[in-house]
Amino acid sequence: MPSRTLIRAGFLTLALALLALFGASLARAAADDEEVRATLAQLRDADFDGKTELIEKLVTLNHSRVAAILQALSDSRLYFQEDPERIVIGSGDGAEIAIEDAVSGEALGQAGKRGLDRITANNRLRSLIENRLAGLGLASADPQQRKAAVEAFLRNPDPVGAAPLRARLEVETDTGIKELLALALALADLASDDATVRAKAATALGGQMQTEIRGPLTRMAAEDSDPAAREAARIALTRTEFRLQMLGWAETLFFGLSLGSVLILAAIGLAVTFGVMGVINMAHGELMMLGAYTTWLVQQWLPVNWSLPVAVPLAFLVAALVGIAIERGIIRFLYGRPLETLLATFGVSLILQQAVRSIFSPLNRSVASPDWMSGTILLGPLEVTLNRLVIVGFCIAVFAVLWLALQRTRLGLEVRAVAQNRAMARAMGVRSARVDALTFGLGSGIAGVAGVALSQLTNVGPNLGQSYIVDSFMVVVFGGVGNLWGTLVAGLSLGVANKLLEPWSGAVLAKILVLVFLILFIQKRPRGLFPQRGRAAEV
Amino acid sequence: MRLPPWLLSDRAGLVLLAVLALIGVGVPILNLWVPPDHPLHLTAYTVTLLGKYLCYALLAVAVDLVWGYMGILSLGHAAFFGLGGYCFGMYLMRQIGTRGVYGDPMLPDFMVFLNWQELPWYWHGFDLFWFAALMVLVVPGLLAFVFGWFAFRSRVSGVYLSIITQALTYALMLAFFRNEMGFGGNNGLTDFKDVLGYPIHADGTRVVLFVLSALALAGGYLACRWLVSTRMGRVLVAIRDSEDRARFLGYRVERVKALVFTFSAMLAGVAGALYVPQVGIINPGEFAPLNSIEAVIWVAVGGRGTLVGAVVGAVLVNYAKSWLTGALPEVWLFALGGLFVAVTLLLPHGLIGLLRRRREATA
Repeated sequence: MPSRTLIRAGFLTLALALLALFGASLARAAADDEEVRATLAQLRDADFDGKTELIEKLVTLNHSRVAAILQALSDSRLYFQEDPERIVIGSGDGAEIAIEDAVSGEALGQAGKRGLDRITANNRLRSLIENRLAGLGLASADPQQRKAAVEAFLRNPDPVGAAPLRARLEVETDTGIKELLALALALADLASDDATVRAKAATALGGQMQTEIRGPLTRMAAEDSDPAAREAARIALTRTEFRLQMLGWAETLFFGLSLGSVLILAAIGLAVTFGVMGVINMAHGELMMLGAYTTWLVQQWLPVNWSLPVAVPLAFLVAALVGIAIERGIIRFLYGRPLETLLATFGVSLILQQAVRSIFSPLNRSVASPDWMSGTILLGPLEVTLNRLVIVGFCIAVFAVLWLALQRTRLGLEVRAVAQNRAMARAMGVRSARVDALTFGLGSGIAGVAGVALSQLTNVGPNLGQSYIVDSFMVVVFGGVGNLWGTLVAGLSLGVANKLLEPWSGAVLAKILVLVFLILFIQKRPRGLFPQRGRAAEV
Repeated sequence: MRLPPWLLSDRAGLVLLAVLALIGVGVPILNLWVPPDHPLHLTAYTVTLLGKYLCYALLAVAVDLVWGYMGILSLGHAAFFGLGGYCFGMYLMRQIGTRGVYGDPMLPDFMVFLNWQELPWYWHGFDLFWFAALMVLVVPGLLAFVFGWFAFRSRVSGVYLSIITQALTYALMLAFFRNEMGFGGNNGLTDFKDVLGYPIHADGTRVVLFVLSALALAGGYLACRWLVSTRMGRVLVAIRDSEDRARFLGYRVERVKALVFTFSAMLAGVAGALYVPQVGIINPGEFAPLNSIEAVIWVAVGGRGTLVGAVVGAVLVNYAKSWLTGALPEVWLFALGGLFVAVTLLLPHGLIGLLRRRREATA
């Protein structure tokens, strides 16, 4: 198993690192080499019980090479060389391997495997060694190594090996390691003969989510001879279950937030074109698709890691230009006729879809994720995929920029003025036609930017836009037309609601239920969660 | 026999009815009694294709009634069409009996495949023709009534209504894609064998279905034409032109709307029910939002608020679709998209509007 070898290799390096530290910092005089040699010499002929005793003895010798020797024994790399007679540590494969003296660590060149007699170990010995090595690591000055040592003990607890832990707990200063030590000791105490000690240990372990702890607790809750201890274990397990459940909820919440931010990204451009301008743009999804394809094109020219920062402004530009073209070419002739606008833009969406199909082929294109967006990250006890986290952050950023653009810039002021009262705005010298084109460009550009984000989550194909159009309209209508904050709230709550329903009903049914809820909701509150007030709302 | 005045003044409608009568008689003759090697012979494929167009035309009439006369742009009429189709498809499924792949006397093949033990309750009764035929009207009608009643009562109108009708059909599509729904999931209902005891693929049956489609279209057209000529029809137009004014004048706007919407949904259901035996399959793809919007564009091309235009548009656009998807499949979506744009920008009153204007100009 690769993970196992990895752990071993890790321990070897750890042990070697310890060597240097031991040599430099140990106050107590090291045991002399001869005593170690004498102990090692008995290893060869000892049976496994004998070896166990010898290992325990080696540990007490407090010699700088003990860690390396034990690791080698555990890895089956400890040999008895017959001529000259000595114990060596081998490394490498093949008939000839490199050897070094077990006690001094001096390199001894190559040796044929024939002259070497392997000192065998079994799994019981190996776990004993891991445990004892952990004990040795406890004395390290490096908190990281102490922590690793305690964690190793947690994986492989043993009441006998708990003594050094208890000693360490007295002097440990690092609070994190202290807590870990307490856990490890409690875990060791679960095997105690005293039922009250067991019960106390179980109580201390309640709420810990590691499987190494849950396993023994579950066994204890079922099998312990003492009823009080059983009860303690049971209560501890309920606490653990509760925490696991909370973690599950947190995870669902995060998934919901991530879906919600995708919905917001898809809908926020619509919130501008539909919400602020009152124009139904059925080609909105296709503008997102253009953004996603722009990302793909950029990746053909630039290395993946650099592509996204370039793709975002480029996608904005591409989608905005197409949007302005749609506005100037079609929509401006249809102001005041929303149903016709709907049909015409739907036609545009069909044309854009087919154009992409003809130019890029009807097959999906795969857009790669940059390294800095792949993998997972720990948020407290919660493990989250990085790309979803980035998209949540990206959504917040886009929202903030859009909000600032509408509230703090000249264009934003004009946009809001035209949205509220076109005639008055014109009278005040706002060129409303120009504002219309730019507003539509802004909304379309944001759709393009959303497409960049979507390209990191789903397949990029000609149908990308279609799958989001109904959802995004729902978000805008649910939030209340003409209200960016409403869009934010609506997107998030729909995302979370979807994910909350999913485990209970399945993904498709969850979506249907949300849609049905929305249809009912609009019947009840046709103007959405946060309706616009005043005369403008009645138009 | 004297024609009622509402029909007598409808010259275009009379032409349409005459054409329907002509093809209703002509097509069977050309298919059944003209020998296959004769140049005028119509193949079974053509008959089915024409029958399909007629079903689409009936759907378009239903859309025109609510959009052209009542101002409700429904982007979900394909949902009613599909529901009608599913109801009749269920009847056809039950007629298969033991002739399915698995030969189960009760369960359709896909249920055996899913390891279901008994027929779901909502499948009961669909082995009876009259029950299925009733459901073709009731199911779409009921959905439209409930949906319309709530929507119109809370004064959801304009684009909001369009969007939630689209959401409705979208939700139905997702639902019918689920195997657990018991409607065959992805594959839908297919492999039909016979209808009322007649083999469904026989030429005679196809011709009868075609004639029935023509009759249904003629009946649907007459019903709508009559409806819009009544006092209620005038209220409809009043609602379309100014809903608030109609309400202030004392009309119960939401009742009228819900009623007409329901009637239109029933027409769409009938169209779907006639469509399914002719094409031989119904699957959740029929609920796709695009289908509803395509039906709207047929009406727009022909000219909304004319009823005849809806028929003309449906037949023309679908003919173009059959031809283009065969000859130049790449071009079809460009053409359809272009049609949407061109019709809304250049032909707001459709082809019929164009003809009328020309006649007025010459007169």
